[in-house]
Amino acid sequence: MTSATARVPVRRHMAGIRRGQAASGYLFTAPAVIVLVVFLVIPIFMALWVSFSDWGGRGSPFASGVHFVGLKNYGALTGGGGLAEQDFGTALRNNLWFVILVVPTQTVIALLLAVLVNNRILKGRGFFRTAFYFPSVTSSVAITVLWYFLFNPTGAVNQLLGAVGLHGPNWPADASGVLHDLLSLVGLRTGPGFLVNGSFLGVTWWDWLSGPSVGMMIIITMVVFTTSGTFMLLFIAALQNLSQEVEEAAMVDGATAWQRFRLVTLPQLRTTLFTVLTLGLIGTWQVFDQVFVGSQGDPGKTTLTPAYLSYVAGFQNQDWGQAAAIAFILFAIIVFFTLVQRWVLRERGVSRRRMRRNGFDRNDSGEYAAADRLLTAAAVAGAVQNRDSSGGSL
Amino acid sequence: MTTTTAPARTAAPATTTGAGRRRRRPFRLGGALLYVVLIVIAVIYIFPFLIDISTSFKTETDATNDPLGLLPPTWSVAAYTYLFANSDFPIWFVNSAVVTVAVTTGRTLFDSAAGYALARLRFGGRNALYAGFIAVMAVPGVVLLIPKFLVINQLGMFDSYSGMIVPLFADAAGVFIMKNFFESIPVAVEEAARIDGAGTLRTFWSVILPMARPALVTIVILSFQGSWNELAHFIVSTSSPDLYTLTKGVATLSSGAIGSAKRYPVQLGAAAIMTIPVAILFIAFQRRITNTASGAVKE
Repeated sequence: MTSATARVPVRRHMAGIRRGQAASGYLFTAPAVIVLVVFLVIPIFMALWVSFSDWGGRGSPFASGVHFVGLKNYGALTGGGGLAEQDFGTALRNNLWFVILVVPTQTVIALLLAVLVNNRILKGRGFFRTAFYFPSVTSSVAITVLWYFLFNPTGAVNQLLGAVGLHGPNWPADASGVLHDLLSLVGLRTGPGFLVNGSFLGVTWWDWLSGPSVGMMIIITMVVFTTSGTFMLLFIAALQNLSQEVEEAAMVDGATAWQRFRLVTLPQLRTTLFTVLTLGLIGTWQVFDQVFVGSQGDPGKTTLTPAYLSYVAGFQNQDWGQAAAIAFILFAIIVFFTLVQRWVLRERGVSRRRMRRNGFDRNDSGEYAAADRLLTAAAVAGAVQNRDSSGGSL
Repeated sequence: MTTTTAPARTAAPATTTGAGRRRRRPFRLGGALLYVVLIVIAVIYIFPFLIDISTSFKTETDATNDPLGLLPPTWSVAAYTYLFANSDFPIWFVNSAVVTVAVTTGRTLFDSAAGYALARLRFGGRNALYAGFIAVMAVPGVVLLIPKFLVINQLGMFDSYSGMIVPLFADAAGVFIMKNFFESIPVAVEEAARIDGAGTLRTFWSVILPMARPALVTIVILSFQGSWNELAHFIVSTSSPDLYTLTKGVATLSSGAIGSAKRYPVQLGAAAIMTIPVAILFIAFQRRITNTASGAVKE
């Protein structure tokens, strides 16, 4: 129908089709748009209002009895010396250590798995991929239940440790920070005065430096176990897109395998690395399921996370203003760290020619390629973990 | 770890024969080491699941005393008897199934319709709408828990199937996947159909959707897995025990009154059963899933 003879008489007909198209366009997008607006966009604005109000959970937050209280809810979290501030500071401390441990570990393991599995001469690739990816598709609830069984004081992990002569801790009940524990090994049991006396968000500097608690290590290992498979798939996809020529050229030049990996492969994986780190950061600041099912913030509030604290503030303490405020601060934190990450890993003036040599498409402006890949990956990873607990990657 | 592959790779040119250019001798020292490493890691990844299954068939005493053994000293189905005969487990299962089927159906329809419109139909505000979908996709899910509760409550949908299902229809990522897919298939077929006088709806239903099978499978897998494994949304949208899903129910097993007694075989049996449907889906589509980003998602 694109032939020149057909085009002319068809034109008027096409105009009608266009008009019909507009109507269908709205009709087709309407369901998705309505659902997203009602259950995603409106909630954000409603919660924004609640975070500035004293709504107590009864009736509508727009009823006349509900008052605007300004920044009171935010203030109680970031200052004032109350329990709310201390809990919030503790939750931030916990989650910060969680992120510091989980994001690099899962990224390195995912990359390692991808490189191992991507080997062309490997037989049974499908089996290994399946084995590594399976934990990512199972429910976070099932994995949490399993993990707390493995880590119970007389559980599988401690038995394995016992087999090599180590005495495992009482994992779920041990609130001591891992870094504090290490320092006490060298005799440093209490921090220096300037760290103990000063504090931020109701938590002393010394306690900020505690490291994740032993109890938190359960959740840390669990999350690494379940997310490394998802990110492995992203790395595999990236590895398969690399051009073999550069690698082979390096091989001819006599580069060792490690040199080839570090100097040839890794730079080309930059975009994917960025994606994985960003998705990791976004996901790890949202730990909720594991805490809800496994620890409820115990031991000693050391597995409290902002996401879980927000839930507790709302649903248990009926302090909805504070719950919403925590959610928005968490939102800001996630956006902040994503931007920092973007800035740190920014492209440092890579020339067009270099990009082409690195296997980028000739017609891409690199920026578009990066954005598109990030979005694809985000979509693919189901916006990762907590969004729908779907680590599904296709 | 790449060092382990080095001998095999560098040796490759030497071992190439005329018969097959890419055929390399698999068993060299490096190759063998690679397998050992991979098998050790695979065991680490699989072992927890084997422990899960075996413990669910143990007695409570054995579960505590012998947490590592893969063969129960005495086989017991007490955990499963309890789950199916004396607990609300069957109700949870049914609720999970209802929600999952409804959400998957809804998302498949909504995502493909919206993705198609954004990829193919010309209408005012299309680009703005697309930008909106992208922006919305970036909102972290957990941040929405309290906000979603507020709206569900306000609409009178709290503690109802509709409150559990309808909000989960929201799936910007799925729209994005479908749009990408539709842009990757040739436009000729549908234009032919349209010129033959088929309306947009008709074209979409009987020409486009059948062609979109690979992408639809993607959406089905993601939606099924997402809604079956969903926990947080049901925590904020329901409170009645009649509406517990598997995720919420099993969570109470581990943290509620039963949890204090630490009935591990019951907990792990429940965890094993709730994994089965996703495992079946996963195995059925294993190839598609682990071959990554092929087909449906345009790279």
